[in-house]
Amino acid sequence: MKFDTPATTNPIDQLKVVGQPLDRIDGRLKTTGQAPYAYEHHDAVRDAAYGYVVGAAIAKGRITSMDTAAARQAPGVLAIVTHENAGPLGKGSMNTAKLLGGPEVDHYHQAIAVVVAETFEQARDAAAQIRVDYAEAEGAFDLAAARDTAKKVNQSASSVGDFEGAFASAPVQLDATYTTPDQSHAMMEPHASIAAWDGDQVVVWTSNQMIDWGAGDLAKTLNMPKEKVRLISPFIGGGFGGKLFLRSDALMAALGARAARRPVKVALQRPLMMNNTTHRPATIQRIRIGTGRDGRITAIGHESWSGDQPDGQPEIAADQTKLLYAGANRLTQLRLAVLDLPEGNAMRAPGEAPGLMALEIAMDEMAEKLGMDPVEFRVINDTQVDPNDPSRPFSQRQLVECLRIGAERFGWSRRNAQPGQAREGRWLTGMGVAAAFRNNLVMKSGARVRLDSRGEVTVETDMTDIGTGSYTIIAQTAAEMMGVGIDKVTVRLGDSSFPVSAGSGGQWGANSSTAGVYAACVKLREAVARKLGFNSAEAVFTDGQVRSGNRIVPLAEAAGRDGIVVEDSIEFGDLSKRYQQSTFGSHFVEVAVDAATGEVRIRRMLAVCAAGRILNPKTARSQVIGAMTMGVGAALMEELAVDKRRGFFVNHDLASYEVPVHADIPHQEVVFLDETDPVSSPMKAKGVGELGLCGVGAAIANAIYNATGVRVRDYPITLDKYLDRLPELA
Amino acid sequence: MSKISFSVNGEARVLELDTRTTLLDALREHLHLTGSKKGCDHGQCGACTVMVDGRRINSCLTLAVMHEGDEITTIEGLGSPENLHPMQAAFVRHDGYQCGYCTPGQICSSVAVLEEIKAGIPSHVTADLGAAPQVTADEIRERMSGNICRCGAYSNIVEAITEVAERQA
Repeated sequence: MKFDTPATTNPIDQLKVVGQPLDRIDGRLKTTGQAPYAYEHHDAVRDAAYGYVVGAAIAKGRITSMDTAAARQAPGVLAIVTHENAGPLGKGSMNTAKLLGGPEVDHYHQAIAVVVAETFEQARDAAAQIRVDYAEAEGAFDLAAARDTAKKVNQSASSVGDFEGAFASAPVQLDATYTTPDQSHAMMEPHASIAAWDGDQVVVWTSNQMIDWGAGDLAKTLNMPKEKVRLISPFIGGGFGGKLFLRSDALMAALGARAARRPVKVALQRPLMMNNTTHRPATIQRIRIGTGRDGRITAIGHESWSGDQPDGQPEIAADQTKLLYAGANRLTQLRLAVLDLPEGNAMRAPGEAPGLMALEIAMDEMAEKLGMDPVEFRVINDTQVDPNDPSRPFSQRQLVECLRIGAERFGWSRRNAQPGQAREGRWLTGMGVAAAFRNNLVMKSGARVRLDSRGEVTVETDMTDIGTGSYTIIAQTAAEMMGVGIDKVTVRLGDSSFPVSAGSGGQWGANSSTAGVYAACVKLREAVARKLGFNSAEAVFTDGQVRSGNRIVPLAEAAGRDGIVVEDSIEFGDLSKRYQQSTFGSHFVEVAVDAATGEVRIRRMLAVCAAGRILNPKTARSQVIGAMTMGVGAALMEELAVDKRRGFFVNHDLASYEVPVHADIPHQEVVFLDETDPVSSPMKAKGVGELGLCGVGAAIANAIYNATGVRVRDYPITLDKYLDRLPELA
Repeated sequence: MSKISFSVNGEARVLELDTRTTLLDALREHLHLTGSKKGCDHGQCGACTVMVDGRRINSCLTLAVMHEGDEITTIEGLGSPENLHPMQAAFVRHDGYQCGYCTPGQICSSVAVLEEIKAGIPSHVTADLGAAPQVTADEIRERMSGNICRCGAYSNIVEAITEVAERQA
């Protein structure tokens, strides 16, 4: 199905099942430990050997020798694969650095060997007996030091009007620089895979957000046809972008299994993950805003520097500034330096997450310079069209409503605009606000739908559920379309033998994948109607029956003994070019800062989101509170500490890379505005999973400023950056 | 190799194990009870939480051979998809999870936390060490802080635990 004109009324609009806050259909499996994750397919693979990955001990250079003799003699060892015996390997099109290093080493903890043994304990022990000699090379590891070597990334640069001139002549100006650190996805389930070969074909049970990308890149890396690779990933223990691509666990399992002639299972050990896999790159961001005395923006400029491996990509932290606020004179520019740290890549809301951490502090600073309320300052600078191309309207844009409703709900009027004035005993208290913004992406997505002789519906698509609720919203979509209860729908996901879907990334998954299921169900409805001799435009699917005029036929009977199977996909036309499709929100935060120790406690959090139709308010709300929680981490604690001499992330485990825990997080409120966006898809939905993160960090930073009067422009906001600047104790 | 006998979810089990095998790997790799999760293998995340003789522990931080004769309860022992434990049902109702990987550990911890409060064991946030600790949101958050949920379902998890505690009261 081609989607190239805005949606009109369709069966989804009935909202009998879609839009309802249903419990997850996979909830009982997850809460009882019965949902099988990548490393746990004992039923499918009975005799797997264990692979243990060895990571490079240098950041850059060459392996001069590898002594595996002792390891090969160790008890239980079946095979050891290194660059010396792996055979020629390609590189995945989505990978920047090779997944098996050697003799060249591109980054610290790049995989350089996998040891396969009968047991996990044997493999681990043997891996420790491999001796590697290196010739270490000089590398660049410090973004600030490499800043002046960074090259302009021209394809994403934008310039409107005369930014420099307008900024220079603006009566009120802000020119400030902000930094965000390298961050780790730190999902709970490590990257893990089981590989089993059958002749020249390989099946890999893995944990991957994008099945089709993963299958393609594993085939490319192994120099084999894609049809001979099957990926299976029914449950994924978190991804956040860290499992978008083929990673070393899958490749090492496949190589180990080929060498050992046995199925092999590999899980990346936690201390390897932060350096072996990808991370969100650090940024340096310079923001300049010029306004008139009335607070209207006349010039807005956002430049961002980041680093990556050679041939890598920039963190696109300036891009939201093209779209978020009005202003006649505009500039955005990314610059990319070559760094020899591990590969930088997408993490939840790449671009907007770090970009808004900076921009939304800048807006707070500017509001203060103007003596304006930060909500009002944002409101008067709203735009309903793409400021770079005013002929393009936003398909929907309720940013102002999000801000106004949020302010009302949160009790924003009780905020003291003078920082450092609100005091409750030992606590300095403050409130902060930030706008949330994330573009809405759409991706082609396919599905196969089967109606069987019991009148039950089975959906198969290679879509993944990374905790987002895909199983449930896909079941809701099929139930709504076919007029059956959700208990009559079975959803099978995450298998490359199913039709290719949008996959889970860039908050495009929910809208795109359900639209693909919608397309397949439209085709199934037509097939049913045709079989019954009904006019498909008039056929009504409801209560497990199909009706046309006076005729009523149960779906089971319509399906017949052999059932009906159809397949289709949704393909998106140029609506996303004609309209700017984005999602909007507001974040409000109240903090308390200990006047003596500087400890920050978050007291209240509210997000108001305008993101099209909410397919399941329960799971969508969870996406947003989870994102708000990740935003707390970004604001207060998350930072991969760079060893700038040896070139690696020092705090590479879950004890030293701190993420929020229960004690850090208060009760969280989420409001979804009633919105449908017919331009986005037949579902009229958009994404929320990334929107919920965008702006949270800045709202917290602004609340801390409001509480203390101390402005911190370098994340995370840790004590060392402000303790000596706290107000004098009374 | 060493022989070890213990009870898992009420069933006597005998295993011949490499002495380096953690209790977690004994459960996951030898008994195929994969509900207990390996998130970090270092006692940093709580995903492997099980109960041994009624007390919660990180099963990755203890060797299987240290548990001769012990009674071990895992998430599989609390309830099944057809017969959920009240805490499991509350997690489903409150959407106290997303990806599900930390969930068995969160649930095992939750059940144990309520028992610990009932038994009068104080925590860091218990104001009066002489008085019986109460089931409050702060007590739950403090006691659950060894169980990381990167998806960030904390707000919902606290609501699920609170609901179960109120029903028990």
